[in-house]
Amino acid sequence: MDFGTVIDAAFSAALGPQAIVFALAAIGLNVHFGYTGLLNFGQAGFMAIAAFGLAVSVVTWDLSFWLGLVIALGASVLLALVLGVPTLRLRADYLAIVTIATSEILRLIFGAVEFKDTFGGSNGLTGFASTYRDLNPYNSGLDIGVVSFSVNDLWSITVGWTLVGLGCLLVWALMRSPWGRVLKSIREDEDAVRSLGKNVFAYKMQALVLGGIFGGIAGIFHILKQGSAVPTDFNTTFTFYAYAALLIGGAARVLGPVVGSIVFWFLIAGLGSFFGQATSGTDPLIPDFIMTNTQSSLIRFILLGLGLMLLMIFRPQGIFGDRREIAIDAR
Amino acid sequence: MPVELSAARKALEGVPAEPGAPKPDPIVKGSNILRTFGGLKAVDVEHIEIQRGVITALIGPNGAGKTTLFNLLTGFDEPDEGDWSFNDHTLGKVPAYKVARLGMVRTFQLTKVLSKLKVIENMRLGATGQRGEKFWSAPFKSLWSSQEDEITARADALLERFKLDAKREDFAGSLSGGQRKLLEMARALMVDPELIMLDEPMAGVNPALKQSLLGHVKSLRDEGRTVLFVEHDMDMVRDISDWVIVMAQGQIVAEGTPQSVMADQRVIDAYLGAHHDTDITEVDLAELEIEAEAELDQEGTS
Amino acid sequence: MHLRPATLLTAILAGLILLAPVTANAATTPTPSPTASTGTPEKNPVVKGPNITVTLKDVKGGKGEPVPVPGVKLTVHKDSKTGEELGTQTTDQAGRVSIGIPGNGTYVVELDPKTLPEGVKLSGNGETTKTVQVKIAAATFVQFQIGAVVVKEASFGSKLIDASTSGLKYGLIIALAALGLSLIFGTTGLTNFAHGELITFGGIMTYMFNRGLGLPVIAAGALAVLASALFGFAQDRGMWRPLRNRGTGLIAMMIVSIGFALLLRSVFQYTFGGSTKTLSQYVAQGRSDYGPIALSDKEVAIFAISIVTLVVTCIALMRTRLGKAMRAVSDNPALSASSGMRVDGVISSVWILGTALTGLSGVLLAINQQVNFQMGFKVLLLVFAAVTLGGLGTIWGALLGSLVIGLMVEVAPVITLWGWHPVPASIKDVGALVVMILILLVRPQGLLGRAQRIG
Repeated sequence: MDFGTVIDAAFSAALGPQAIVFALAAIGLNVHFGYTGLLNFGQAGFMAIAAFGLAVSVVTWDLSFWLGLVIALGASVLLALVLGVPTLRLRADYLAIVTIATSEILRLIFGAVEFKDTFGGSNGLTGFASTYRDLNPYNSGLDIGVVSFSVNDLWSITVGWTLVGLGCLLVWALMRSPWGRVLKSIREDEDAVRSLGKNVFAYKMQALVLGGIFGGIAGIFHILKQGSAVPTDFNTTFTFYAYAALLIGGAARVLGPVVGSIVFWFLIAGLGSFFGQATSGTDPLIPDFIMTNTQSSLIRFILLGLGLMLLMIFRPQGIFGDRREIAIDAR
Repeated sequence: MPVELSAARKALEGVPAEPGAPKPDPIVKGSNILRTFGGLKAVDVEHIEIQRGVITALIGPNGAGKTTLFNLLTGFDEPDEGDWSFNDHTLGKVPAYKVARLGMVRTFQLTKVLSKLKVIENMRLGATGQRGEKFWSAPFKSLWSSQEDEITARADALLERFKLDAKREDFAGSLSGGQRKLLEMARALMVDPELIMLDEPMAGVNPALKQSLLGHVKSLRDEGRTVLFVEHDMDMVRDISDWVIVMAQGQIVAEGTPQSVMADQRVIDAYLGAHHDTDITEVDLAELEIEAEAELDQEGTS
Repeated sequence: MHLRPATLLTAILAGLILLAPVTANAATTPTPSPTASTGTPEKNPVVKGPNITVTLKDVKGGKGEPVPVPGVKLTVHKDSKTGEELGTQTTDQAGRVSIGIPGNGTYVVELDPKTLPEGVKLSGNGETTKTVQVKIAAATFVQFQIGAVVVKEASFGSKLIDASTSGLKYGLIIALAALGLSLIFGTTGLTNFAHGELITFGGIMTYMFNRGLGLPVIAAGALAVLASALFGFAQDRGMWRPLRNRGTGLIAMMIVSIGFALLLRSVFQYTFGGSTKTLSQYVAQGRSDYGPIALSDKEVAIFAISIVTLVVTCIALMRTRLGKAMRAVSDNPALSASSGMRVDGVISSVWILGTALTGLSGVLLAINQQVNFQMGFKVLLLVFAAVTLGGLGTIWGALLGSLVIGLMVEVAPVITLWGWHPVPASIKDVGALVVMILILLVRPQGLLGRAQRIG
């Protein structure tokens, strides 16, 4: 067992681009669910529509990268409006079912063989990231023992963590303001807020759009860091993982989603590497009849599921949260 | 027993004690308001007027439609038919938040304090026209901090008046039932309403606090606001209301001064039914009422 | 206008791995067969040691006994379609090829469509490859349908009848799961994201009892329903009841169910493997005509079992004491408790009934199609859609919603508007989901739900 490799894998993933994608998506979910109480189970849909907004603009329509970015973010705003107008006046469950269905609809359409000419089918689209890559100022990767990143990843984590930082700053500034106070009040009791003369629907819509934009940024960043937009990346399971990351860190905390994503990927990559090594070789640490090498990659997801359950039961406020302030255990 | 008539009662002196009686200076005026749940007419009011600047009590037996009428007037429910006016603004299908902004603010039978927010934050939320509640100015504290200070000062003054200043930094969830009622009332005052509508302000309040609550309600009228409240506590109705409207089965069955209404045989029959000579405690009635209204609510919500 | 169903090529693949791949490796290095141009071989012997054996059969448009398809070229690759080629063979007179493999791992079987007999071409997505997970010491039975259609296009009418029939069948299977979900939601308020895994549980249990213990499929299915009921009971006692007693909120419980779904799905994949497997009986059946409708015997059975179960359950819910108690708790738990009802006992019964129904839906799904660790997860959204569409928590709503969803899934791809397919066949779920969203916009309370106050 080479613990160095395990540690390297864990830290590199925790600070790497995939954790950033999760952090950005989870910041959006934090605005939706953590602060406003909106059950958005379609964050993957917001990511997908922005990702394909960019990829289709650049690859299929041959527009410039920057215009593509505008279209991508515009698409996620539009999606928020389309989803919000009919559902935000209804009970919370309706937003949940409509968002989860919409994200699946988008994923299926983007991956459909019939629309291959536009969206690239199940293989998705490539060839939109050159502008992004050309901006990379680094000439070589980074390897300082505990973590190692390729030159592309180094650029991505620079851009990504900057975005995460700016996002947190914005959320912090908004949530300490009276605007944030209205959101938190809506999370608890809409009718009380309404009785005080606040347009609850408008606030929910603003929150949905804001969180959707973070989802869109997460989607754009995801396809830029890997250079391809693949529909299956944007499945419902992603949304659930992002929720897990948010809840680990603590909902309704500015840094909750960020810390949560880091911890999430530290554990996923660390456990994956550990069990991968423990089951490989001619004389594995864990004998083959208990766990094969293929099975070893599943242990982390079993533990993730179990962890999410235990977290919700025993510490719903996550690492950071204050139980008196968190609304998850209410009602 | 000669009674020194207050200004409020004087204004109502010439008003006939009959259902739907016109008032000299009505703040709310409505006709033919109908709300049905399934086949049941929860509210079927032919005509209603609420006099400005007085305390009006709305009473009636279980399921009389009092809370439903409250919900309708404040925009929390929509009528099948009919509309009404508040200060010459025609209402009927106007959303609740707009009604509140016009100056008609309600409290709830089951208090709706935001228990995961601090008491002072509950209060601040009540203030209207906050610049910091606009999305684009919210991130920049300098744009709203001075207004926030003014709001906080007002909130602190109200907390002091309602004896909640010691609880300022506590989470509202830690307050007792009576304190929650007080906080809800104080928070409603942050909106600076002309008409304040209290849905069972005495329910669940411990007797020690009742007197001070009564005082607070009276002080609302004395500072020029109109008060409309639903209540089962007959002592409270007798003590502080200037005018009483009695509902039964969705309709207004009687109106008048507390003394005249309570002497009205029809009211006693409608309200107390066969039990009028036995001593029914307010608590019993209140509980029954909550159950009945909750059932009605379920019809509407589930 | 007679229905001419598609000719189906059924490939039955048995990757029989025997023992000790390390020693087997050297002995069984595959010898690639000559190319297809040499003609159809008489007989391809089953390779000794680890191998992938494929039998191609034409089920004759669903009529009569399947007939082997000789002369089709199949190639086995390691890991992926572009991976190392392990061997190519042409199906023999029995429609069989047998190609040796080094041991367990992932393999891709590729079919050369050019070598298919005249008059047939591949249907569906024109999928010519299938990925197979081969695991040690376990016989992996995989059936995959490399569908092929007669080039002649079926008429719209017959396609519509065909699609409606399979839509109804699918709808009924969904309805069993939806009724289970609706009952549990109604009585406990739990939005159970692990419900898909309860479907999978039924399917996998059927497979275990059938392939593992060698029981006939019918017995295996019955036992699987029993196991599901037990699983539901244990789940409620061991997890949901303690959570309710702790006063855990509904949203927290919903997230717990998401974690539980993740846990179960991974455990299924861990123990059952990632590949799709078939039961031992009723895999490929010919169809008989019933008027304009053609159904195989197993489809008739699926219709009969689901309809009878649904009708009996609904009557029981309407008539029996327990059924009335369930509906009472669902309407108002607090009132039921105060009127002396044993709410916990009723909820336990609901879990047992709900998971049994859901397990049955998994059993039927396994018989209708195949068994996979995420078979339930894949239909979960449709089940949710059905329940929401019908009206959350209403029994009849769940049934109606399921039928609408099942029909939409199958019928929508058949519909052509001005020469354009609004819902492409490859993404047929989309139609059902869009319809659900549209109906909710017009009727937020669902088709049969009671009107709800909108703040």
